Amino acid sequence: MAKKKTTTKKRPAKKHATKKAPSSKGPAARKTDKATSARLEKLASDVVRTSMAHRDPFLDVPTRTLSNTSYNKSRRMLQMGSATARRNLFDLKMARKFMQSMLLASGCKSLIDAEKTLSLRGMYYKCLHTIPGTKEKTLDDQSESDGVLEDLEVTIGSLREELHVYADKRGDLVGNMTIIDAGDEIDLRRMGSGGYSIPSIVEPSVIQFKKCEADFILHVEKNTVWQRFNEDKFWKKHNCILLHGGGQPSRGVRRLLRRMNEELGLPVYCLLDCDPWGHYIYSVIKQGSINLAYESQRMAVPDAKFLGIRAIDYERCELSDDVQIALNDRDTSRAKQIADYPWFAQNRAWQLEIKKMLSNGFKMEVESLITKDISYVTETYVPERLAAGDWLD
Amino acid sequence: MASSGTLTPPKRSKSGSKGSGKAPGRQAGGGSAPRKPKSRAPVTAETLAAKQRDISVSEFFAKNRHLLGFDNARKALLTTVKEAVDNSLDACEEAGILPDIYVELRHLPDIAEDRFIVIVQDNGPGIVRRQVENIFGRLLYGSKFHRLKMSRGQQGIGISAAGMYGLITTGKPVMIISKTSKKKPAHEVVLKMDTSKNKADVVSDTEHPEDDELFPHGTGTRVEIEMQGKYFKGSRSVDEYVELTAIANPHARFEYASPPTSAMPKGERRVYERSVSELPPTPEEIKPHPHGIELGTLIGMVERTDQRQLGGFFSNEFCRIGPKVAKQIASSAGLTPHSWIKSIDHAAAEKIYKALQETRFMAPPTNCLAPIGVGTILKGLQRGLDPDFITASSRPPAVYRGRPFIIEAGIAFGGNMPADEPAQVFRYANRVPLQYQQSACASFKAALETNWKNYGMQQPRGSLPVGPLVIMVHMASVWVPFTSESKEAIAEYDDIRAEMLLALKDCGRKLKTYLNKRAQIKRAGERRLVFQRYIGEISKACHELTGTDQEPLYNALLRTAQRKTAEMDKTLTQDGKLVDGKDKLERDESVFIKDVVAPESEPDRPRSGAGSPDPTGETLFGDDEPKPTTTKRKTKKKAKKKVRKKR
Repeated sequence: MAKKKTTTKKRPAKKHATKKAPSSKGPAARKTDKATSARLEKLASDVVRTSMAHRDPFLDVPTRTLSNTSYNKSRRMLQMGSATARRNLFDLKMARKFMQSMLLASGCKSLIDAEKTLSLRGMYYKCLHTIPGTKEKTLDDQSESDGVLEDLEVTIGSLREELHVYADKRGDLVGNMTIIDAGDEIDLRRMGSGGYSIPSIVEPSVIQFKKCEADFILHVEKNTVWQRFNEDKFWKKHNCILLHGGGQPSRGVRRLLRRMNEELGLPVYCLLDCDPWGHYIYSVIKQGSINLAYESQRMAVPDAKFLGIRAIDYERCELSDDVQIALNDRDTSRAKQIADYPWFAQNRAWQLEIKKMLSNGFKMEVESLITKDISYVTETYVPERLAAGDWLD
Repeated sequence: MASSGTLTPPKRSKSGSKGSGKAPGRQAGGGSAPRKPKSRAPVTAETLAAKQRDISVSEFFAKNRHLLGFDNARKALLTTVKEAVDNSLDACEEAGILPDIYVELRHLPDIAEDRFIVIVQDNGPGIVRRQVENIFGRLLYGSKFHRLKMSRGQQGIGISAAGMYGLITTGKPVMIISKTSKKKPAHEVVLKMDTSKNKADVVSDTEHPEDDELFPHGTGTRVEIEMQGKYFKGSRSVDEYVELTAIANPHARFEYASPPTSAMPKGERRVYERSVSELPPTPEEIKPHPHGIELGTLIGMVERTDQRQLGGFFSNEFCRIGPKVAKQIASSAGLTPHSWIKSIDHAAAEKIYKALQETRFMAPPTNCLAPIGVGTILKGLQRGLDPDFITASSRPPAVYRGRPFIIEAGIAFGGNMPADEPAQVFRYANRVPLQYQQSACASFKAALETNWKNYGMQQPRGSLPVGPLVIMVHMASVWVPFTSESKEAIAEYDDIRAEMLLALKDCGRKLKTYLNKRAQIKRAGERRLVFQRYIGEISKACHELTGTDQEPLYNALLRTAQRKTAEMDKTLTQDGKLVDGKDKLERDESVFIKDVVAPESEPDRPRSGAGSPDPTGETLFGDDEPKPTTTKRKTKKKAKKKVRKKR
């Protein structure tokens, strides 16, 4: 909610006088808005034209599935293919989705016109109403509007941010860096115990990097581990930026990682659980997600390294039996699925890693290292791995 | 065989009568001789013999009336009505008359609170004067016991037992009015039973020409029995009996006048009109099947046969034994077809019996059976229940212990039946409803055993399915194996239960198809309106996005929507799975689906006959006229989707 206020304030501020924000951002943002508006209008006018000609109106929505995703070896990231699915109005199975797409397009247009932003939840409510003369609601729940919005993004080739919609904040950050967020200068060294929470929209128009002294970025999986590192002032000792994504990192977190990696030249190291979900988080950070393959070029960090937890750590760190969490059937099948992804399939080290985990028959969380010592992970494990250059790529 | 022996066999007897071989006295003596250790007069065989005497069948049943269904006042009423109506229906059908039956329970509260007169009247052939005493006054007298032919009554106990019960409880005789031809006046006979002699005394015997108007068709019988009774409504009542009988006998017309109750001080008069105007086919009488007899029966048959040689005995006394097979059996018993019957002693009979058991025969002929028939079951269930869906299944004839039988099953679903109660099971044997001892009956067990969950119903473990469902099971056989003389439950032979299960499964599968279609059609019907529902939203969104006028856009989309929907109807009817599958179910002659008139159908649009709101049976499939599928489909194409999709 706090985020919403800052972003909504941002635009009027720009209009009056661009005080802190660089003046170039205002017109740039307006330009994007204009372009987005034009795309939405074109989408609608196409529909109007076919309708008035008494033909079946349609939308061509690029498919967001594994089959339409390819791994670009030279760029080392996922790319969306060219396959599209035609969404017709006069098809029993697609009519509702078509209606929802138009509804959300109209909703985004009105947001852009009003120069306001809404959360995904807010967008759901904006488009939610009962269709006149029936008992049917336009949307059953938020997941429906979220999916349709993603479709809309790929259909018109605009990003969610450009449609003035943002997601919930997720992830915290701390480190040797100063940034400017919506005109406010923020010293990330002085964030106390809570850290700086990463907003959903981290585009240059909102966040600029002012001063960075860090040497690298350490991405950990979730808040509990991040707290451990922050409390031990790991980032101070090792001069780095420390952040977590609260499990599967949100688009904001990934975009920020990418920007820091690209613009500041900081290498990214990931400390994740030794389980299929941890592996997939790494995969998403590194080469983008299947669902949002069209955004990989803005988000992927192909250089990201996987620091741990490794399957061999059970023996290497002499962990006790108690840390083992048995793999269930779902874990096993997911692990095999991940091993078959083209970007893992040709990576020998990763194949061995997954094989080892499967032969172990158990998974391990980062927190399992606490059984050794409270600060084992910050004082021994990570520094050792970094010093030895022992990671998976 | 046809000539009935004396009526001495103590009680239950197997298919063939054993004739007069046994001395009845011994059995009675064995049971009742008191063994007294006192040193009074020495008990000798002679003194015992003095006490031993014949027990009349009537006496036996007077003491054991519960065996016949007269356990209590309430059941007595039902059993009496049942026996009388069964006899009437049998008589009418044998005479080739469409039955027209009148049942009345007349309450006599002035005499006693529990005093009733049961009146049953039919339009049957009547009873000739000299037979009246025998039929109504003697137990175990009748035409049905000794033959292998399907009929409602079997033993010839029923109606005379009812008269006896009336006499015992009220002291009043039985009145029978019968008219055997148009020319003869109605004859009134009043009978009083003499239980010790198993015969009836005639109290009065008069001709009553003025009673002729009771029988407008010229013939008929009317029985009036005064008895102690208790009248209830609800399950196992006379009301229910009449209703169930009407379901299984749509060729009969029933009129029923119930006694006054507090709710209905004048009583109620219900009429069940005939819905099938053809009599069921007359079942043929058959000879015993070689696998259906036991050794004793065989010996009895050998003793009584008129045939002189073994070959003739086989081919005349049994069914399914041709000369070739007869020769084979004879030789495997060490005899020839020319062996003299007289020469067959016990050992030879045993050999013959063994040979019979080991030989394979064709199943007994099945023209002795008259199943209700699928079409008739549909009509019967519809008349009684008015459900949404009915299906029926008639199994091919099968055999238990050498006796042929046919199992039929029916399922009625929906309508006004309660949706949250266990299903009702209507059990029938030779078209007679069985109302007592449900849980002992093979039909009920088969209904329990069927896994209704497979057919889209809920079924708590070990109980009947829950839902608006009636399950009907009918067994037609030359000899229905009841668990007791009161004919309340069918005994559990494996062959019988297996057939029942198969029939129920067959019905269940069709029910499942129907339920699936219904759900599918409902979904499709809902979606059908989807286009029209969404175009409003879409034109509004487009208006907001581009500024186009909403109205023309909406109209353009609406027109496309209507065109698309019509196209879709067409394709679905022609090749779409949806409509095709439904038609298959509709074309099935063993299925009836009630047409529901769509509430929003335009009145000016011509509708096919299938949509007619007349619930009396014109929409039935199968029997009288072929289902007008083709016309209906054409109309469908023309008609708007709303009309079609509301079913």
